Amino acid sequence: MAPVLVAVVVLGVAGLWFIATFNRLIGLKNQVANGWKQIDVQLKRRHDLIPNLVETVKGAMSFERGTLEAVIAARNQAIGLLRGGGGAVPSGAEVRQLAAAENQLSGALGKLFAVVEAYPQLKATGNVTTLQEELTSTENKIAFARQLYNDQATNYNTAQQQFPTNMVAGVAGASPAELWEIADAAEREVPKVNLAAT
Amino acid sequence: MTDGGDLFEQQRANRRGTAWLMLGFVAFFAWLGFGGDFVLREMTRDAAAGEYHHLFPWITIGTVALSVIAIVYAWSTGPQNVLWATGARLLQDPATPEAKQLANVVEEMAIASGLPVPNIYIVPDADPNAFATGWNEESSSIVVTEGLLQMCSRDELQAVIGHEMGHIKNLDIRLMTLLAALVGVAALINDGASRLLRSSGDSSSSSTWSSSSSGSSSSSRRKGGGGTIVLIVAVVWILSILLAPLITRLLALAVSRKREFLADAMSAQFTRNPGALANALVKIDGADAPTTSINRGVAHLCIADPLGRSVNGRPGFFADLFGTHPPVEERVERLREMAYEPGPAGEPVPAG
Repeated sequence: MAPVLVAVVVLGVAGLWFIATFNRLIGLKNQVANGWKQIDVQLKRRHDLIPNLVETVKGAMSFERGTLEAVIAARNQAIGLLRGGGGAVPSGAEVRQLAAAENQLSGALGKLFAVVEAYPQLKATGNVTTLQEELTSTENKIAFARQLYNDQATNYNTAQQQFPTNMVAGVAGASPAELWEIADAAEREVPKVNLAAT
Repeated sequence: MTDGGDLFEQQRANRRGTAWLMLGFVAFFAWLGFGGDFVLREMTRDAAAGEYHHLFPWITIGTVALSVIAIVYAWSTGPQNVLWATGARLLQDPATPEAKQLANVVEEMAIASGLPVPNIYIVPDADPNAFATGWNEESSSIVVTEGLLQMCSRDELQAVIGHEMGHIKNLDIRLMTLLAALVGVAALINDGASRLLRSSGDSSSSSTWSSSSSGSSSSSRRKGGGGTIVLIVAVVWILSILLAPLITRLLALAVSRKREFLADAMSAQFTRNPGALANALVKIDGADAPTTSINRGVAHLCIADPLGRSVNGRPGFFADLFGTHPPVEERVERLREMAYEPGPAGEPVPAG
């Protein structure tokens, strides 16, 4: 009688643990998916702001066509990728592609602002200052959304890889989420400062 | 990332703290009522058969009911009252560049912390300060003074807002707002009670308290055998009424200091820029003119002591006992350590 009772209790405890762990993994997974969606929202915001910006600066710097076109091209490419994204936890390839496209856009925007700095009369108009604040904020929002996503993905990945949770991970359909990393080699490089040239 | 465990532990601690605070508040009022009942019972014990005998604890029931009403009132109006008391106005559609920047920064920090965007209020006061209030993540408010907007750079403002978001995420706002509301109620009752006691102090005056309850026989009764117990209870009772505001104040101090360090750490987690918060704290502390629109009742909610009291400035025993905030030097030192050295999780801090 007693061994049966012990077996029932052990099985019961194991069952409860299984349910709790399963649910925790699902919760973490949904957090990651939500974090990804937040990045999407902010990226879309940035894409929507860019036509405004280009429109504002176009007249004053018509001879800087290359810089403007680079921004527009990078934006269009990123938009195409964004539309493809669903609401679930993204696949590794999805994250890498979008990260690469957005990094390119960030780089193009950075160059544009560097050029704007060289046009004091352009900077003086209130429009550009407002837009600049909006874009700074959007860049920050993207960075923070990315930071949150990476934290959540790390929590999720750690949870599903740790023992004994990893035994449940397969049943819960958990697979490691891809972190959003800086794919662009140029962005990772330490900027070179040459004071002698000036 | 030690995010999960600490956060939930802190939220639990705050929920527990809120429950204990309410329980303590009711218990204190029960004690007030009990004292009244006890004194009345002793006074009417030897009364003639036909006269009034105080047997049923009406006063206790009354005060407990009063305290419950006070809590319900504090719960339903707490954040609004706190906002109203500081003269804060809601930022609806930001028009000036500064207001736009504030709205953007708050939104950024909401994203970084994964919380819904709180309401933003601005207090027209030149002294830099900020606080957060509300009952939960969904209905929270962040309040900043105009001085803060003018004095801080974008990064510093972001760090301060990150600190307030930390308070919201930890649910510090719930406990601290309730405390603010109850401190107000306790002060009100204390004012009323001391006025009552003062007027009944001159026994000849037409005080309703002494004349109706004890009547003509009170003078002889006090010299009787039961008199000493009555006297002791009465003294302890009156003392506890007089000390009530001090006790609630001490409570407010005790609960808020540890939380400041934690919120500083969370700000660093959100912004990955602890140096900016250190700079902001130095600036806020340096502008040592008191924040006139923020009174004592809500002082413990603020990022830095709004009253410019000297005890909060330096470390030591009295600061530990009476300060609402840990010494700014200590907070800045901890933040600088975070900024110059790798974070506790082994990741380089100035990322993102």
